Order: sequence, then structure tokens, then C-alpha cells
Amino acid sequence: MNFDFSEDQKFIQEQARNFLSSECTTARVRQTLEGEQAYDQALWQQIVELGWPATAIAEDQGGLGLGYLELCVIAEELGRALAPVPFIASVYLAAEAIKLGADKAQQDSWLPQLAAGEWIGCLAVQEKPGALKLGQLATTVTDGKLSGKKTAVLHGAIADKAVVLATENDQPGLYLVDLSASSVSRKSLTSIDPTLPLAELTFDAVAAEKLADCKDIQTLLDTLYDRAAVLLAFEQIGGCDAALAMGKEYTVGRYAFGRQVASFQAIKHKFADMFVATELARSNAYYGAWALSADDAELPLAAATARVSAIDAYYECSKENIQAHGGMGFTWEFDCHLYYRRAQALSLILGGNPQWKELLVERLLRIKAA
Amino acid sequence: MDFKDTPEQAEFRKEVQAWLKANATAKTKDGGRTSQEEAYERAKAWYQKVYDAGYACPTWPKEYGGAGLTQIHKVIWSQEVSKYDEPDGYFVIGQGNCGPALMHFASEEQKTTLLPRMASAEDVWCQLFSEPSAGSDVAGLRTKAELKGDKWIVNGQKIWTSGAQHSDYGVILCRTDTEVSKYRGMTMFFIDMKQPGVDVQPIKQMDGGSHFNEVFFNNAEIPDSQRLGEVGGGWGAALLVLMNERLAISGVQPDGFPEFFELVQTLELDGEPVVNNPVVRDRLATWYTRHAGIKASTNRMLTAVAKGGMPGAEAALGKLVGAVMNQDIANYALQLMADTGAICDDALAPQKAHFQKSVLFAPGIRLAGGTDEVMRNIIAEQVLGLPQEPRADKGMAFKDIPSGNQH
Repeated sequence: MNFDFSEDQKFIQEQARNFLSSECTTARVRQTLEGEQAYDQALWQQIVELGWPATAIAEDQGGLGLGYLELCVIAEELGRALAPVPFIASVYLAAEAIKLGADKAQQDSWLPQLAAGEWIGCLAVQEKPGALKLGQLATTVTDGKLSGKKTAVLHGAIADKAVVLATENDQPGLYLVDLSASSVSRKSLTSIDPTLPLAELTFDAVAAEKLADCKDIQTLLDTLYDRAAVLLAFEQIGGCDAALAMGKEYTVGRYAFGRQVASFQAIKHKFADMFVATELARSNAYYGAWALSADDAELPLAAATARVSAIDAYYECSKENIQAHGGMGFTWEFDCHLYYRRAQALSLILGGNPQWKELLVERLLRIKAA
Repeated sequence: MDFKDTPEQAEFRKEVQAWLKANATAKTKDGGRTSQEEAYERAKAWYQKVYDAGYACPTWPKEYGGAGLTQIHKVIWSQEVSKYDEPDGYFVIGQGNCGPALMHFASEEQKTTLLPRMASAEDVWCQLFSEPSAGSDVAGLRTKAELKGDKWIVNGQKIWTSGAQHSDYGVILCRTDTEVSKYRGMTMFFIDMKQPGVDVQPIKQMDGGSHFNEVFFNNAEIPDSQRLGEVGGGWGAALLVLMNERLAISGVQPDGFPEFFELVQTLELDGEPVVNNPVVRDRLATWYTRHAGIKASTNRMLTAVAKGGMPGAEAALGKLVGAVMNQDIANYALQLMADTGAICDDALAPQKAHFQKSVLFAPGIRLAGGTDEVMRNIIAEQVLGLPQEPRADKGMAFKDIPSGNQH
């Protein structure tokens, strides 16, 4: 048993952290937050040049042939830096959907392009609020043309292509759609975290290519979501760390009643609780990372555990960071709300906490019964 | 990152599994807590059996009664033994706290005679730190040791000593100098608990049990050869012991989850197992994330220790989270049983009234070995590096510091 990342993986993480701390300051994140741009194109270009989108793609498909553990440590740093780039949409969602559902020929054609950042992908599944129900999809495919409306599509307004969930002859499947087609209309939605923007996509008989290897779509989506849940958990613990560090720095430097605010037990105990929540989430995320990289049968339970734990921890850290800052924490000027917004946005991608708690319990009972 | 055993570890696991299958008691569905005396006798017998088979104190060197193996082997042992109904953590204070103190400070001769007897539980050890006026502020202790010739004469009182009534030896922290500041005037020893001048009085706890004791010292003697570390170096030695304690208990601290998981599948509410109730499922999910998180955190810590690191203050986490969760689970379990939840009868209440007993015992776990609040201070100050609370006793000679109840 070895429950830690390797020296090489830690080196990758350190490089990522150094790069992002100089190139992705919160001042830069705010350019996207304040609507100057839909995403940070220049930063995305640098990230592509560093090869991060290629991390978990095989070498013979244009990737670096590293693995999910390397992707996990990069995810933690992207989360820490609040990077306003379509990494989640393109790498954890679109590329992974293609890996799971496309046949070899499709993969050989699409994955090298995704790895090289030639196009940005996104995943369009949701049609209305609540848990996704495969039997209730209104998006359909007839004669290779896809029609319908998808909502809450992460980075849907700027992505080049979308992997779309739709039904053809009553069979749900995944389809790749070129979003530049004139029969696609896109509407940017006002999102709680503008650095992770959502869009509504309307398709009116647009040409769609079926991912040819989708057999059991429910299992495929479960696996896709489980993989993404682990990667998102790393983004979340990166954010927890950053929020905790921010609160610490502020209260150590601020004095009230003649002493450092951070020397009051009410504040120290708050930070201790934030640390504990983060450590539990981190340990659960590590377990998830192992299950993901080993493609172990425990992935479903480990992913749900990592997800619920990370959602809880980031909510706690981001809200208590505001509290520790007092009134300044409630201003637009201070960065506290960037973490709070990000915690909300990350917790809602792929279904919120109640959905994942239910999955966790189902899986726990299934293992017990086996 | 790899959770699979190496071929050598897999071999060890198979060997342990085979031995446990032949020697350990299987878990029964109704589980439950046994009486204190019965639990002690069972634990003595179990530890002897484990020692005879060569699995006791896996990480200790063989010449001191251990198995000369790594932390990872210890984890494998713990994982396997937890599948059985055996009191494998019963003497954790002796082996987890006192053992490392001896290992670090005792003479070679003391180590080769005493440690194997500790490993087999032939000798039982306790830890004598807390006092009536020195709880969370343990450095405020007043039990005095005075050097007369080559012997220290001990007078004073300790409290909250687990297992003192069964103990042959204890590791004790005494005040040896009251003229200097409080952290500098303490010295650590080990003491013979069966000698005249040592009087153990069990404390009746709020749950009716007597796990803890008061210990009175009236001119008890300690040869100077039983001093652990330098005169005046007791605080540093105690910190080392407490660090080991947190590592030792982080793996065995009950958090209540396995019993709760069992309960929700068997208990019925309106003709259905309560686990079908969405409110119960929500709680189950939250508690599982903590249960799994503690387990995985312990494994991360052990990985660090196996690579040569020291158990850090992070080890406070398992106790802080597990203890309160254990209490909340017990309370929630009773609420699920509704009117019958108040019945404490072993024959009637689920799992031999485990939850009823736990709800009454759990407050003690949140206080023992560092209160929740002390644990949070430790994390805040030692892990996060936050400033200490201003202290009123800073720079004062110990004899001038007021302490305890002043009314």
C-alpha cells in the first residue's frame, strides 16, 4: 500500500502551481468574472501548449500517455487558481465521453484534436432541472439530424463541438455536433460563477455523428460522471486550500481588541474545522484517484464519496472564509466571493449533493449485498 | 498511489487471514458491549495468544517482543483483525503511548525485560498525566517528585487514568521544580503501580461504568534509573508520547458507522427497513463520507510514517471527527427507535443496547485524550501555524501560577 502521489506527479503539480500562480492571478480571473471575455483565451492557449489537455490521452492518440493521477494533480491546481478556462468541459467531459463512447476510428480522429486544443469540446445532457432521466429526453435524432434544446451546458457558448445526449428510435445515445453549424443557436445564460459559464443550445436538425460504441448508455454515463466526480473533487480541494489560506492570511494580519484576530479561539476553531473538512475531502479524493487510475470496481462508491465530501468541504471553506473576513468579505473588491461562487458552480455540475448522496447510499448497499 | 498489496504483503495478509480464521472469534450480528471485567479478561487472553503467534506489536523490533515489521504490515493486521470480534485495541495506551516512551528513553536492559511483557499484556501499563487541576492545561500538573539519594519520592494525585486498576506500571509526569516556568519544571518516569503508597480509586462515570480512575501517591518511590529523559525535560517527552497516542488511536477510534449501517438495514419503520427512508439515507451518506475520510486519512498518515516521517498533529483529526460522530450516531439511532429507544435492556434493544450504551459513554470520548477544543487548538496552532492565545501564566514561576477551582 502506498497512499500518496509519486515524486514525478508531485513535480508536475509543483510546475502547474508555479505556472498558474504567476499567470492566473485573481486579477486575471476577474477579467472573465466581470464579463470582459467568455473565457481566458490566452491562458487556455498556454495550457494547451503545456499539454495539459493531452495528459490522460494515449500517446498513439496524440496524447502524453500519462494518466488520471497526473490529471488529478493538475485539476487541484486549476481549482486553486480558479482558472477561467474550458478545461472541465473539454477534458473531463467531452474527451472522456469520446473515450468511453466512440469507436477506434472516431477516437483516432477526435482525440488528437482535443489533445492539441484544435477544438474545445463540451457536454450537453441536461434539459430541465433535476436528475437526468434517460427515458424523458426530448432531444431526438432522425436520419442523422439532431433536434432539441439543452440547458446548463458548461462552456457551451464558446465550445467548438458538443457531445450531445439524444434519443434515436427510442434508444438514447451520444452524438458529436459541430456548434458552428447554422442550425445551432446558442444563448449565454447568466451563471452564478461567470468564470464557469453556462449556455442554452438549441438544435434544429443539425448534422450529428453518433458515437459508435455506446452500448449501455446508462453505464457509460455513470462511468463518465464518476470519472469527472473524482477530477472535480481535486478542483474543489484546491479551492478549499486557497480559501483557507486566504482567511488565514487576513486574520493573522488584522488586529482587533489589541490582538491578532487569528489568535481568538472562535476564529482558530473555525479554521481547524475548515482544515478537517478539507483533509477528509482530500483523503476521499485520493482514494477516488486510485480507484480511477486502477480502473477498480470500487470506483462508483469511491467517486460518490469523493464528490459528496468535496462539495461539503468547499461550501464550508468558502462560506467561512467570507465570515472570517467580516464585512470586507462581503465586498465585490475582496476575492472571497470568487471561491464561494466557484464552490457553488462546481457543486452543481453533474448533479448536486442530494443526487450524489443518493448514489453513494445505493452503491454502499449494493456492495453490502454482493 | 497503489492500494494493492505487494507480493510480499499479499503473502503476509494470507498468513494473517489463515491464523485469524483458526484463532479469532467471528463477529455475531447482534454485537454489543460486554461487561468491563469480562472485557479485560478477554483482552488479556487475546493479547497473549497474539504474542505467542508472533503478531504482537508488529512494528516493534523482535528483541523487544515485536514482529520487526513495517507500518504497512500493521495496517494489514488491523484490517484483517477488524473483521473479527476481538479486543485488539484494548491495551492501546500501554503499547501505543508507554511503549514508544520506553523505546525512546529507557535503558537497553529495561527495554529487553519490560517491552516483551508489555507486548504480551503480561504487564499492563497506564499513563498518568492528567490531574484535578491539570486537564486541558496538562502542563499545570502538581504531583511532586523529590530526589532523595537515588530515589524520587512522589506525592500528589492523578485523575482520568484509564485502566489504572489493572496496571502493573505507569508512565508518569511529575513536577520536579516549581521555581522555573511551568513547561521547564517537569520530569517523566515510569513507576511500579503495585507498590505501597499508590492507591487506585475507580471513578464512577455518568454511564455507570468505571473505566477511569483517580490515583493517589503518598511517598511512593521511583528509582532514578526509571527516569525517562532529562530532569526538567518532561514536557518534550510528554509531547512525544501524546503524538504517538494520536497515531495509535487514529486507527481504533470508534466512529459508530459500521453499527449504524447494520442497524438501518435491520430496523423497520412503518413496515420497511429504515434505510429506505430518504432522510435516513441523507445522514447515512454524510456519515459514510466521514467514516471513509478518517480511514483514508489514517492510511495517508501511515504512508508518510512508513516513508520515515513523524506522525504530525494531523493525527488529531481522527479523534476529533470520530468522537462526536459516534455520539451523534448513537443519538440518531435512538431517535429512529422512537419510544422503544429508551429501553437499555441488552435482551431487547438492538445490538445488545449498543446505541443506548454509546449515547451515555460517548461524551467521555470527546473529553479523553484531549478534548474536541484542545484538538482544534492543536490543529490551528501546530498544523495551520495560527498564533497562540495570549497566556496569563507566561514567564511566571510555577509556584506563583493560580490554578484549579478557586471557590
